[in-house]
Amino acid sequence: MARFIVRRLIGMAIVMLVVSFLTFLIFFKIPGGDPADRLAGKYATPGQVAAVEREWGFDKPFWIQYGNMMEKTFTGDLISYTRQDKVVERIIDGAPRTFSLAIGAALIWLVLGVALGLFSALRAGALSDRFLTVLALIGISMPVFWLGALANYYLGYKAGLFPDGGYVPISEGGLWEWFKHMILPWSVLATLFVGVYSRVLRNQVLDTINDDYVRTARAKGISERRVMGRHVLRNSMIPIVTLWGLDFGYVLGGGAILTETVFDLQGVGDYFAESIGALDVPPVMAVVLFGAFFIVLLNGIVDIVYAALDPRIRLS
Amino acid sequence: MSTQPLLEVDHLKVDFRTDEGLVHAVDDVSFRLGQSEVLAVVGESGSGKSVTAMTLMGLTRSPNARFEGSARLRGQELITASDDELRKLRGKEIAMIFQDPMTSLNPVHRIGKQIVEQIQAHDDVSDAEARDRVVTLLDRVGIPRSRERIDSYPHEFSGGMRQRVMIAMALSCDPGVLIADEPTTALDVTIQAQILREMRDLRERTGTSIILVTHDLGVVADIADRIAVMYSGRIVETGTLDEIFYDPQHPYTWGLLGSIARIDRPRPHRLPSIPGQPPSLIDRPEGCHFRPRCRHEFEDCPKYPELEGRIGQAPGHDDRCWLPVEEKRDRRVVADGQIGLEAEGATA
Amino acid sequence: MATEPTVKPTDPLTATPATLDPAQVDPAAPPATGPWKLAWRRLRRNKVALAFGVLFVLLILSALAAPLWAEHVANTTPDRNRLADQIIVDGKPRDIVSVRGIPMGPTWRGEYFLGADENGRDVMVRLLYGARNSVFIGLTAALITTVLAVLLGLLAGYFRGWIDALISRGLDVLWAFPVLLLGIALGVSLATEGLSIGPITVAGNSLWIPTLIIGFVGIVYLARPVRGQVLGLREKEFIEVARAQGMSDWRIMTRELLPNLFSTILVFFPLIMANAILLEAALSFLGAGVQAPSPSWGTMIDTGLDRLRGAPHLTIAPGVMLIMTVLSLNIFGEGVRDALDPRAKVRLEH
Repeated sequence: MARFIVRRLIGMAIVMLVVSFLTFLIFFKIPGGDPADRLAGKYATPGQVAAVEREWGFDKPFWIQYGNMMEKTFTGDLISYTRQDKVVERIIDGAPRTFSLAIGAALIWLVLGVALGLFSALRAGALSDRFLTVLALIGISMPVFWLGALANYYLGYKAGLFPDGGYVPISEGGLWEWFKHMILPWSVLATLFVGVYSRVLRNQVLDTINDDYVRTARAKGISERRVMGRHVLRNSMIPIVTLWGLDFGYVLGGGAILTETVFDLQGVGDYFAESIGALDVPPVMAVVLFGAFFIVLLNGIVDIVYAALDPRIRLS
Repeated sequence: MSTQPLLEVDHLKVDFRTDEGLVHAVDDVSFRLGQSEVLAVVGESGSGKSVTAMTLMGLTRSPNARFEGSARLRGQELITASDDELRKLRGKEIAMIFQDPMTSLNPVHRIGKQIVEQIQAHDDVSDAEARDRVVTLLDRVGIPRSRERIDSYPHEFSGGMRQRVMIAMALSCDPGVLIADEPTTALDVTIQAQILREMRDLRERTGTSIILVTHDLGVVADIADRIAVMYSGRIVETGTLDEIFYDPQHPYTWGLLGSIARIDRPRPHRLPSIPGQPPSLIDRPEGCHFRPRCRHEFEDCPKYPELEGRIGQAPGHDDRCWLPVEEKRDRRVVADGQIGLEAEGATA
Repeated sequence: MATEPTVKPTDPLTATPATLDPAQVDPAAPPATGPWKLAWRRLRRNKVALAFGVLFVLLILSALAAPLWAEHVANTTPDRNRLADQIIVDGKPRDIVSVRGIPMGPTWRGEYFLGADENGRDVMVRLLYGARNSVFIGLTAALITTVLAVLLGLLAGYFRGWIDALISRGLDVLWAFPVLLLGIALGVSLATEGLSIGPITVAGNSLWIPTLIIGFVGIVYLARPVRGQVLGLREKEFIEVARAQGMSDWRIMTRELLPNLFSTILVFFPLIMANAILLEAALSFLGAGVQAPSPSWGTMIDTGLDRLRGAPHLTIAPGVMLIMTVLSLNIFGEGVRDALDPRAKVRLEH
C-alpha cells in the first residue's frame, strides 16, 4: 500500500512536470504578441523594450525561461504581465470560491444522482423510469452557461428568489449569505452531472441485481433492504465513486469555469478567463497547473479508493 | 429410509410472461422428499429443474411469474406464503447451493461476514458467537486454517474451496432441506468427486435431506436415493436409483442413460446423444412433450400422459410414457449385467 | 425485488463468427440473425430514439438550406445590418431596432421570423447559419477525434511494448490537462495570431481552429476504451490465425481488428459529436471559438445575455436550438448503444 502510494506520487509528479512543460511550450510558441512590448507600455522606445526583455528574462533561451517561471510559481513570486500582481496570491484568493462551488455541486449531483438512479432502477421500464431517463438526457444536453445565465436572470434578478450572482465569503456574510449565493450555481452545475450519475447507477443496479451473489443473498433469508443495501447498492456504487472522484477533480481543476463566469463568483476560473482575454501567460500557465494538479490528485485518490472498495483489485 | 415426508410438492406449475409469449417452465410437478433422503432431479437445461428448485425457495417470484399447485415444508405452504414468511424459512429451514461458486459469493465482502450475515438473519447471536459457528462450519466442510481463512475474500479461494464455503453457508442454520443446483458442474472432475463426497458425509452426519439438481446422471449414481427425470417442465419418470438405472421406463430416460460417459468401457467415437432439440417452452407438443424426438411414437402419444405407476409390482416407480411395459422392455437395448443402457445406434 | 430466471441477453457483438465455438453450432438450429441486423431491428423498435434521429436529420437539412431561407424567405443575408429600418408587420410599420436600442421580437413570418438582433440582423437566418457552423465543427471535430483515437488505440493495443507505453503515457498527460482551460487558452491565442505550422497556415478567424482544438481534446475519451478493446481482441483465435497466415501487421489492424471496433465507434460517435457541439458553443461563448462576424450559437447567446431585458429571444432561440441538436444526438446515440450492445456502459465527460 505504502509503496503503491509512493509510486503513484512519483508518477503524478512526472505527469505534472510534463503538463507544465507542454503548457509553457504552447504559450511560448503562440505568444499572442510580444510580452515585452506590452510590459514596456504603448509609447516605449526600443531601448525600453530591450530593458524590459532583459529584466524579465525574455532574451534568455526558452528552457531557462521555463525554469525561471517554474521556480517563481513555487516560490509564489510569479508576476502577471498585465496587472503585475502576484499570480499565486490571486489563485489562493479565488480557490475558496472555486472549492465552494465544486464541493457543493459535487455533493448535490452525487446524492441526487444516486437517489434518482436507484428509484429508476427499481421501476425499470415504468413510466416514471422513462420520464427520468428523458430528464437525465436533457440535463446532459444543457449548455451550462445558458442555463446558468437564464436562472440567474429570471430566478435571481427578476423574481428576486436568489441573489443576483456574486460570492460572499462565510467570514464576511456568514454561513447563510454564503449558502444563499451558492444555491443557484450549485444547482446549475449539478444539473449537468445528475443525469449521468442516475443513468450510470440505474444501469449498474440493473446489472448487479441479476448477479449470482444477489441471488445467494436472497437465498440466505436476509431482509430485502439488506439485499439492496449491502449487496446490490454496495457493489453498484464502485463505478459511481470512481466516476465521482474524476468528475470532482475535473470541476475543481477548471471544469466549472463557465458556471463561475456566469454567476460572477470570481473564482480561479474567472481569473483564468480574465487573464486569457489579456493573453497574460503567467496566470494562464499557473491556473492550468492548478487544474492539472487537482485532476492528477483526484485520479490518484480514485485508484486507492477503488482498490479499497473492490478487494479483487491489487495495488501494484 | 423415508418415513414422514418432509417436503411435499403437488401439481406445481410455474409460468413466466415474456415478450415472446407465456413460458411454461414447470408443468405439473409432484414429488415427496423424506427425512434425510437424497432426491436427484435430472434433466437437460431448460427442463425446469432449476426453476422448480428456485421456486421452492421463492427465488422465482416476480410480477411476470404465475404459480399453481402447492409445496409444503413440514406442512407449511410455500407457494402462497408471504414474502416475509418465506424469507424466514430461506436459509433457515431450506437452503440452497448454486452452480457457479465463482460468482455466487459477493466479491467485496469477506466470506466470514457473508456467512455471519445469514446466521444473524435467523438466530439472535452475538458477533463472536456467530464467528465461532462459522469457524466450526468451515472446519466441517474441510477448509484448512479456518480461523485465518474466515477473513479472506472470495477471490482468494479456488473454485472447489468456494463451493465448500457455499456449502458451509447453506448449512449454517442446520436446514432441514438442502437444495444443490448443479453444485459440481463448474468444477474440475477431481474436485467434483470431493464435493459430492462432502455432501454424502453431511447427509450421514446431520440427516439433512438433499435435492440434487443436475443434468448429469453419472453424478447422482453415488449419492441419490431417488431420481426424478425432468423433460420440458414435467417429471417424465421417477423411482429409486436402482429402478431408474436398471429398469428405466421412459424413452427419454433411456437416452439420458445412453449418454453417460463410462470410464469402464472403451470410449465410443462420439457419445450418443438424443437427436433433435428440446421443445420450446412456449409452444409445446400436445400430449407427451418428448413425442417429436421419440422414435417409438405411436397413436396414443398425443393424449396427456399422467405420471403414474405403470408397472404393477413397483410402487413409487412412475412414468409418463404410453408404451405398454412389455414393449418398453423389448425396445430398449440392455446389455447383460451392465448398469444402464446404450442408446440405439451407439457405436461402441 | 424479483429475480427473473431468464438468461441475460447475450451481446450480439462478441459473438462474431470468428469467436464462435464450432462445436456449439447445431446444424439443426435456425440460421442465426447477424448482429448488425439484430441491432437494426432493435433500433427500429425504439421509436423515441428514431424520432430524435429524424429530428437531427431535419436540423442538418435546415442548416444546409440556410441560404435558401435567407434568400427566398427572409430576403436578407446573415450579416446584413438594418439598424434604422422599419418593416411592415400586420399592416403597421415596426422599428427593427427601436430608438432605445431594443431589437424587435419574433414576427412569425418570413422576414425576421424570430426577430432581429442588436444590429438589426435576422435572428432566424443567423441561427440557421450558426447551425451550419455548429454541425460542421461538431462533425469534423468528432471525425478528427475518432480517426486519431482509433489509430492511437489500435497502435497501442496491437503493438503493446514501448509503443503502448509511449501512447498511454501521452494519454495520461492529455487526461491530466484541464481540457476546457486548454481549449479556451488555445482558442483565444490562436484567434489573435492564427496558426502556422510549416507550410500550413490557418487564419485566426478560421473555423478550423476551434475544430482542431475540439477534435484534439476529445481523443483521450475514445482512445482508452479502443486500446482496451484491442488488447482483448488481439488474444482471440482469429487474430492468431491471421498472424499464423503471415498477414502483415497493418493488414491485421485494418482488416481484422478495425471491423470489430465499428460497434464501439458507432456508439461513441454521436456522443462525441454532441459533446463537440456543446464545447464549440462554450468556447464561442467565451470568445475562444467561432469568431465574429461568422454566426455561432455560443456567441449569439453571449451577446444576447446583455439584452435579456427587452429582447430575451436573442438568448432563448440559440439556446433552444443548441439543446435540441445536442439532445437529439444524445438520445439517438443512446438508442444506437442500446441496439448494438444492451449491456454496454458508455460515458463521456463534458
